[in-house]
Amino acid sequence: MVEKKSQLISVDDRKTVGQQFVENPRMTCRDVNVYYGDKHAVHDVSIDIARNEVLAMIGPSGCGKSTFLRCLNRMNDTIDICRVTGEITLDDNDIYAKNIDIVSLRALVGMVFQKPNPFPKSIYDNVAYGPTIHGLTESKSDLDGIVENSLVKAGLWDEVKDRLDQPGTGLSGGQQQRLCIARAIAVEPELILMDEPCSALDPIATAKIEELIAELREQYTIVIVTHNMQQAARVSQRTAYFHLGDLIEVGYTDRLFTTPRHQLTEDYITGRFG
Amino acid sequence: MSQQKISTIELVNKGLAKRYRAEKRFRLIGLGAIVLSLTFLAILFATITFNGYTAFQQTWLELTIFFDPQMLDAKNLRQADYDGLVKKSLRDNFPEVSGRSQKKDLYTLVSSGAAYKLQDMVVADTGIIGTTRQVWVPASDDVDMLIKGNIDRSQPESDRQLKDIQLAWIDQLVKEGRLAKRFNLAFFTAGDSREPELAGIFGATIGSAYMLLITLLLSFPVGVATAVYLEEFAKRNRWTDLVEVNINNLAAVPSIVFGLLGLAVFLNFFGLPRSSPLVGGLVMTLMTLPTIIIASRIALQSVPPSIREAALGIGASKMQTVIHHVLPLALPGMLTGTIIGMGRALGESAPLLMIGMVAFIVDIPGSLTDSATALPVQIYLWADCPEQAFMERTSAAIMVLLAFLVLMNGTAVLLRNRFERRW
Repeated sequence: MVEKKSQLISVDDRKTVGQQFVENPRMTCRDVNVYYGDKHAVHDVSIDIARNEVLAMIGPSGCGKSTFLRCLNRMNDTIDICRVTGEITLDDNDIYAKNIDIVSLRALVGMVFQKPNPFPKSIYDNVAYGPTIHGLTESKSDLDGIVENSLVKAGLWDEVKDRLDQPGTGLSGGQQQRLCIARAIAVEPELILMDEPCSALDPIATAKIEELIAELREQYTIVIVTHNMQQAARVSQRTAYFHLGDLIEVGYTDRLFTTPRHQLTEDYITGRFG
Repeated sequence: MSQQKISTIELVNKGLAKRYRAEKRFRLIGLGAIVLSLTFLAILFATITFNGYTAFQQTWLELTIFFDPQMLDAKNLRQADYDGLVKKSLRDNFPEVSGRSQKKDLYTLVSSGAAYKLQDMVVADTGIIGTTRQVWVPASDDVDMLIKGNIDRSQPESDRQLKDIQLAWIDQLVKEGRLAKRFNLAFFTAGDSREPELAGIFGATIGSAYMLLITLLLSFPVGVATAVYLEEFAKRNRWTDLVEVNINNLAAVPSIVFGLLGLAVFLNFFGLPRSSPLVGGLVMTLMTLPTIIIASRIALQSVPPSIREAALGIGASKMQTVIHHVLPLALPGMLTGTIIGMGRALGESAPLLMIGMVAFIVDIPGSLTDSATALPVQIYLWADCPEQAFMERTSAAIMVLLAFLVLMNGTAVLLRNRFERRW
């Protein structure tokens, strides 16, 4: 025990350790800093996101993981006082470059939020909205196809196929969240960002979403922020641990949870704080 | 030491009675406030209705008119002496009347509107020239007041509007069935008049309607666009703060100041026609804009941010997010604010005084640039008139104004419910 302790990197060292870079990444982030006004929320985060992986981001509340996630589709742009520096690329294109259109970026990088937020419209319209505004379909039957396909992928089709014209807000919490996932995949993104997608759901709905994530991985790259370490362990291939704005450790999930290399990581996953 | 033995629950129970008393007092105060305000409201409505309901009826007088071909020149029907026909008919009805002053007293029983009525009849159908017809014409306001019981017969003659001899004639007419109360259509179809029995609120209503139309067409789009820009697009900085503070200040500016502004800018600088609903509407627009902007901003703020994130998250542009998702959800609140603003504009009179919409205008305004008054100004004008018959008309006009306000607020509720039903 004493021996193992000495191998851990001390809490004062905030350099990222572990497998933060991969070969042939889908997204790369280099020295990303985020400021809210004067507050420095994310410090020098560098990490790659591989193709068709599920990357989980864990850490105590306020550690900057959600903030960092929102940099990946420039959701932070909606906050006036928020400033992002560093470089983030998607398929080698700098997403913060001047010539990048934020609308097309968000069509490529979909997002699912913490609280299920279906539009106050019908189930059909919820899913059809994205394809419609992006002009992905030529005809109504195309659109019908996309809606059905997305709902099938989100595992919701059988439950709602008879009531597509009913309000999406009338579904249960878990169904609403799957509707939001269907809405996100209807525009055929390459990446899906999930910001604590299960935190408002009961265990059964959570299990369904987790199954869904496992299936979606075959087609999409998924970055998921979660408070739930078991969930991270269940769904992800790699896990990144954030602490007070620093990316402390990145590792393959099974290894990070069994043999963390950083003292802070170990403290967190063993429940000493967080 | 013994005090420590008192358990927590005993302490709680000890204080309970006091707490309940305080709660009861609080509820009673609230209830009292509601009862008080409802009482005053009831008194207000009761007095207005009591004073005004008689104005919806008007006394008419039946005359036997011989359309004398000698007095009616077919080539010049508009210039003919219809007054003479009325007077002759009255003289025939009361052959005992003689002398200049008695005749004059007799003639005042009939409204000057009677001659116009005869003229309209003749112009519409020249075939009646040479025949004798029974024609109902409006009685004068004094007769009307007597029939409605507003003139006290027991008063000395010198204090009374009607002389003893006139009372006798009126009694005779009543006996003959030649005096009757009818629904006062003129009140709803006529413009203003010096004669109470001929005065109506239609002119003022149309003036108000034109004015509100301008106000709505200008203030709703401008107000909503301002609110959307400030709330959804503008970056927070010193300039937007300044704009916000100024909008809030404008909402508190006394309305007469807007009237002065209208006078200086629209009338004197732009030279728009004085007394016109166009200028009135422009002034009201300035006055209601802050209300609408503030209400619209609150409505926009109350749209959950998660809806915006959802739309932005699947790649909707800022404008699509606002138009497809935020605006529909904020619309009920915006409409409510707009109609409250409109209600205020409808009831406002002070700024109209400054831009000349306070004139005596007989004609019904036919366009936005015609001279007009508005309902509250009409009420103000009538309240100033000495004739007793204008008193009941003032109250009746107030009732009409309140009816319009209730109608508008009802529309607001209806619209809000309708839009909110979309989940």
